[in-house]
Amino acid sequence: MRRTYATLMAGLIAGTALTAPAMAEELTIGLKSEATSMDPQFHNLATNTQVLSNIFEGLTEQDPVQKVEPSLATEWTAVDDTTWRFTLREGVKFHNGSDFTARDVIYTYCRVPLVENSPSSYTIFTGTMADVTAEDDYTVIIKTEGPNPLLPTEISNLPIVSADAGGAEETITFGTDGCEGMGTVPQAGDFNSPDVAVGTGPYKLQEFTRGNQLVLSRFEDYWGEKPDWETVMMRPISSNGPRVAALLAGDVMMIESPPIQDIPRIEQGGYKIIDALSNRIIYLHMRQDTADAPSISGTDGKNPLQDVNVRKAISLAINREAIKERIMGGFAVPAGELLPPPMFGTSGREADPYDPEQAKALLADAGYPDGFEITLGTPNDRYINDEQVAQAIAQMLTRIGIKTNVDASTASQFFSRRNALDFPIYMAGWGASSGEMSSPLKSLVTTFDKEAGRGVTNAGRYSNAEMDAVLEEAMTTIDDAKRDALLQKAETMVLDDYGIIPIHYEQTVWALDPSLDYEPRVDQYTIAFQVKKAAD
Amino acid sequence: MIVYLVRRFGQSLLAIAAMAVLVFVGVYAIGNPVDILINPEANQAEIEATVARLGLDKPLWEQFLLFVWNALHGDLGDSFVYGRPAVEIILERLPATMELAFVALILSVGIGVPLGVLAGLKPDSIAGRSIMAGSILGFSLPNFWQGMLLILVFAVLLGWLPAGGRGETVDVLGMQLSFLTLDGLRHLILPAVNLALFKMSLIIRLTRANTREANLQDYVKFARAKGLSSRRVVLVHILKNIMIPVVTIIGLELGSMVAFAIVTETVFAWPGMGKLLIDSINLLDRPLIVAYLMLTVFIIVTINLVVDVLYSVLDPRVRLSEVKG
Repeated sequence: MRRTYATLMAGLIAGTALTAPAMAEELTIGLKSEATSMDPQFHNLATNTQVLSNIFEGLTEQDPVQKVEPSLATEWTAVDDTTWRFTLREGVKFHNGSDFTARDVIYTYCRVPLVENSPSSYTIFTGTMADVTAEDDYTVIIKTEGPNPLLPTEISNLPIVSADAGGAEETITFGTDGCEGMGTVPQAGDFNSPDVAVGTGPYKLQEFTRGNQLVLSRFEDYWGEKPDWETVMMRPISSNGPRVAALLAGDVMMIESPPIQDIPRIEQGGYKIIDALSNRIIYLHMRQDTADAPSISGTDGKNPLQDVNVRKAISLAINREAIKERIMGGFAVPAGELLPPPMFGTSGREADPYDPEQAKALLADAGYPDGFEITLGTPNDRYINDEQVAQAIAQMLTRIGIKTNVDASTASQFFSRRNALDFPIYMAGWGASSGEMSSPLKSLVTTFDKEAGRGVTNAGRYSNAEMDAVLEEAMTTIDDAKRDALLQKAETMVLDDYGIIPIHYEQTVWALDPSLDYEPRVDQYTIAFQVKKAAD
Repeated sequence: MIVYLVRRFGQSLLAIAAMAVLVFVGVYAIGNPVDILINPEANQAEIEATVARLGLDKPLWEQFLLFVWNALHGDLGDSFVYGRPAVEIILERLPATMELAFVALILSVGIGVPLGVLAGLKPDSIAGRSIMAGSILGFSLPNFWQGMLLILVFAVLLGWLPAGGRGETVDVLGMQLSFLTLDGLRHLILPAVNLALFKMSLIIRLTRANTREANLQDYVKFARAKGLSSRRVVLVHILKNIMIPVVTIIGLELGSMVAFAIVTETVFAWPGMGKLLIDSINLLDRPLIVAYLMLTVFIIVTINLVVDVLYSVLDPRVRLSEVKG
């Protein structure tokens, strides 16, 4: 199907005249998926964040390479290990004209646990807060339960909502068991109204028609640099083909994630392709805690993945360059780490070389000269060309003697089965929302501990007590240089142990009209106010 | 007549009940919604809190009984993703789908019936043969591909019509309708044509076959022999008699167009119910999937009921035999 379409495209594009955008002051964007709500505290999901960051802002923000930058707070310092002082920006107005003060900050953090029916709550960012108080209108003190060096990063995910628009009382007091003075908190549905969805961002909500379009209009009293567009229209076009067609037909001026196969045609049509390394790592994880792993045969009941030599053999058997070139169309970078360098906590380690001979020797050393048979699990609609990548890996492993069957299923099935430990080895991806090494380490390779909430996505059940200790120390170290060193140490321990095998970093791609400019972001977000008119 | 209606009504209720069980158990088997919905950075405690909040920690039978109890009170549950009543969200999308389905229906009947009669009256003429050949195309082209082709030709290549989405709407009795504005009509044409082509072919073939059959009947021959104008023969004697099967098909197809315009809505990014269903399945939004399917079952069952009643009005034999039986 896709091929037919692509071939057809090629023929048709050749005859298409390039059409200039009709209205220069309006920006139209075709998005892959739609925000589920206009409430910035309802559903903690990238789709929502990227849209709502036009309307709402946090005390801090992450720049295109996920460095934490001042936003509504101009500066912050750690007074001691558990106390942070934030100085707020003065003269900031909300869309409804009210002034932004410390009261709004307290209101925002208080509201998070009060949002009903949240499918993915923002409490993961407020959970460590023990107290939030206002020293004066423009100084906020946040106390945390233990040392939390990530607090400034975490609150970049907590956009400030207006206390006045929410109907709060004059004084709001923070309490871990519930705040006082909150009034009746508006719920997610209420935020479809521009009267409630009041933030400080460069755009105001104008209209949200679910499934069809979201219209934003420029906020003329914005404190920062005003965006180039008077209005922004975002349309959800979930299917790849129609999204590309909408761009080529001139319906939209920019689309996110065009399918890699169609990129040459889009370029032929005179459109600009921009891409950047993302924070998303595609990795293989292997079941290592039990001799009794499912779907492995030819090993006399043993689990070969418990042997570090076998895990190393698997890594050496994978030709990452070939995957990048032939399957990812060049839009990937072979990975040697869990986060692309030079992001925080990376060591610059190179990707493992392709060495099938050594891999075979390692297998023989481990006592499997004839290999064994195994099933590789993968989603088939979650990551870029995920199933094809898994098929290629399976062939490469089969070549060194590990006969690999691919079990591909749709994302909703795959993640349920993975979390039920259905696969002896699986391929998945991880995007570090905090932009630093602690995120993948904490979730993917820390020893699984249900009570303590560690290693939640460690479905290979890798466990290394020494590494856990180093990571634990890093997570409570406020000093950045020290934390960086500790994170590097922890990551190196895991990678030397082949506890997890990085494959590649995905590259995020956007296609846009040549009259536009966009600085690509590692977090894969498409943020409308950061789209600029191209300099002539 | 009343016995017939009561019996038909009972059957409809039974169908709805059976579907409720099937749908609920089927959706339950797909996977755990929390695995998809929750942010991957969330820890175990938050995952469990979410599971409890969404009521997924209860056993299947308890969830089902709760669902039935609430459904009987007119509440099909709150969407996991949107946190609002599922029915409300679906009904928000209903006007868009209905509008699309009705325009497609009018196109397919308005073009299909005359062409079918023409092909039936003159099966060997060039026009008759071309109509039949065309209808084969309409049948066999996959809907998805046909939609992409329409977009490529009329939107990308010629630039006459927009590639997708819904145009400007006006508020009529609380419903957002787009076919009353020029912009709305421009957006409506391609998806409606795409949806109509298959149905049109179906109606052409059905009308043609019936016309040929009726043309040979004694009453038609008699009407011609009586010297009636051929216009009157066709419009009154033939058309009236071939309408029964056509009405049946139109009824069934309207139901399926409303419920399953999924492919067309996806290709044209049309904000209707079908697109909502696909999005919900991808996000495992169980209450929404269940509510959607229950609603479509309800619609289709109702349409069938209406068609059956119409039958008995159109054809006295149905009425009489049922009374006897």
